[in-house]
Amino acid sequence: MANKLISEIPLPKSIANVFSARNISTAKDALTLTEFELMELLDVGLTEVRSALSQISEIVAPPYQTALSLMEQRFQNEHLGGHFPTGLKGLDAALCGGIPFGVLTELIGPAGIGKTQFCLKLSLLASLPTNYGGLDGRVIYIDVESKFSSRRLLEIGLRSFPEIFQMKEMAQEMAGRILVLRPTSLAEFTQSLEQIKVSLLQKQVKMLVIDSMAALVSGEHEQGARRQQTLSWHISFIKSLAEFSRIPVVVTNQVRSRNHEDASRYSFQVQSRDGAIGTTMQYDSHLVAALGIQWAHAVTTRLVLEAKSGERFIKVAKSPISPPLAFPFHITSSGISLLSDDGKEVMGPEINAIHCQGHNEIINFGMEGLH
Amino acid sequence: MEIWRLPISASQRGKLISAGYTSLSSLSSISSSDLARELNVSESEAMNILKVASHSRGSETSNASCSIVEGAQSAWDMLHDEESLMHITTSSADLDNILGGGIHCKEVTEIGGVPGIGKTQLGIQIAVNVQIPNDFGGLGGNSIYIDTEGSFMVERAFQIAEACIEDMSEYNRFLRKDFQECKIKMQPQDILENIFYFRICSYTEQIALINYLDKFLSENKDVKVIVVDSVTFHFRQDFDDMALRTRVLSGMALKLMNLAKRFSLAVVLLNQVTTKHTEASFQLALALGDSWSHTCTNRIVLYWNGNERYAYIDKSPSLRSASAAYSVTARGIRNSSSSCKRIKMM
Repeated sequence: MANKLISEIPLPKSIANVFSARNISTAKDALTLTEFELMELLDVGLTEVRSALSQISEIVAPPYQTALSLMEQRFQNEHLGGHFPTGLKGLDAALCGGIPFGVLTELIGPAGIGKTQFCLKLSLLASLPTNYGGLDGRVIYIDVESKFSSRRLLEIGLRSFPEIFQMKEMAQEMAGRILVLRPTSLAEFTQSLEQIKVSLLQKQVKMLVIDSMAALVSGEHEQGARRQQTLSWHISFIKSLAEFSRIPVVVTNQVRSRNHEDASRYSFQVQSRDGAIGTTMQYDSHLVAALGIQWAHAVTTRLVLEAKSGERFIKVAKSPISPPLAFPFHITSSGISLLSDDGKEVMGPEINAIHCQGHNEIINFGMEGLH
Repeated sequence: MEIWRLPISASQRGKLISAGYTSLSSLSSISSSDLARELNVSESEAMNILKVASHSRGSETSNASCSIVEGAQSAWDMLHDEESLMHITTSSADLDNILGGGIHCKEVTEIGGVPGIGKTQLGIQIAVNVQIPNDFGGLGGNSIYIDTEGSFMVERAFQIAEACIEDMSEYNRFLRKDFQECKIKMQPQDILENIFYFRICSYTEQIALINYLDKFLSENKDVKVIVVDSVTFHFRQDFDDMALRTRVLSGMALKLMNLAKRFSLAVVLLNQVTTKHTEASFQLALALGDSWSHTCTNRIVLYWNGNERYAYIDKSPSLRSASAAYSVTARGIRNSSSSCKRIKMM
């Protein structure tokens, strides 16, 4: 819509000619200039500029929908009103059905906690037919760190859905629906994304998994803010891909140690004494999400996988629909499963904290490669 | 030359002009006998002229200062307007208190905070609360929700709408125990029907939509709030030319302010957060830069303080800096549960 050509918009001939003479060919070019600049550039009066701009704006502006028709549309056309059940009952209940379609869901946690296991389980579920709770479609799995194990995938399948996976043809069919891509650089990843967007609907892709987003960027040798710049395009591209195809997109993220660049307070908090209450508690968690705050804003749902005193928890840290609940889980041969469907409510700074206490795998503070 | 507009005879008009009276204000302080002497007419004629002049001026007394500066309104007149302004409640009495009653109409309010603090929740709550009928102290208007990030969840809007209607019924039962017919006939679906949802996928669409809103609002006069969630997203991605970004953003802010004033509605802009390097340390600040921070009338920052969510009035021409705790519950935005005060009924 933004790149709509001026020539396609029904403007009066005179002004349309002037636009093309001055090389303003897309709506984007016209709308980013102010009225004065246009007047000067096109050498026409204010009223003509105004009426041309309002016509262009009317065509480029998206149509509206009432929230009611949006809801009805989603419930009619989409599986469970636009949710993909994960099979973890407590989590699905909290998320009003499951992982939402059309937006980004992030899995974040220290190494070895179970993010890839969760992704494998989800990919498997998505490939299953709808009567088994699946999306009956293909899954594109972008495996950056080469962690995808098809053996493990089939093991999960065999344990969770023996009736399907014991039959070799069925197992082949299901596993055949999961397409694994292994981009070795950010540039390759970008290319794959563009290809995916084109073939998404035709190839009946029902889910996209990117494991992991942070690893893609850590390969590029840039620091801090520049790295965020690098990812901006990808963030909005993936979001728009999710949006227009209405599929669930699951992205994994890593953690890194907190450093001095991580701000946690506003200027007014620093000045007043009230801010002092929160600070000591916040610094307890020395782990923060990689990829920064811009990414944190872009994801709609954030699920934190963490370990506290030897137990693992999956915590809904950010969700438009669920309160911050933590569910204990463990990893078995049939994938990931909850130990309890009753989530424990989490408060305040605990919501965004990422713990790895008592975790078996060693967390290297030499994870500088990630940052 | 307002004399031309007076319904008096041509000769009288000619005499007034040659005597030097060209504007109505010049006729305001003269007595009829002086005027008669100046114009060389009878006293009754002079009285007539003065009556006609004061009659014309009478229809313009509210714009008395117009004769000084075209289009200006005196502060006294504005006071009346400001006092009769409606507010949109946020459903949290503490929050409404520091806001002076709620979100102000005719003003642009920017609300920013870290991810997960509840910006979208507050946006949806406001889009629902604006529809509270006049009988319950609301505006009874519709809302426009401009979603740039895809964070609007219809199920959540439904939950919040349902809770809002339940609160209204509760209020009804509490106050009007004898009137059975005051049952709420509103359904959550009715509320959802009055939220006009736009999904924006690029900053060009954002600019185009805000331009188009002028026409849309003239056709949909019941709209009383515009929520933009978030105003930042598309402006953080594509811009290499920062000067262009600043220009585009300030143009957008001016248009929104214009819409707020002309159509007497509230504009709520949700903003994201970034880290800013100030002096020796890194601090959180609302995104889009320093020049943007000047453009909005009111600025509210949502932040974590210990275990509570707080809202802080960072900038406002009429409200003092204060913070209040609030919470996000299954029913929407409400007072923080740790506050000991009883929740005020609407």
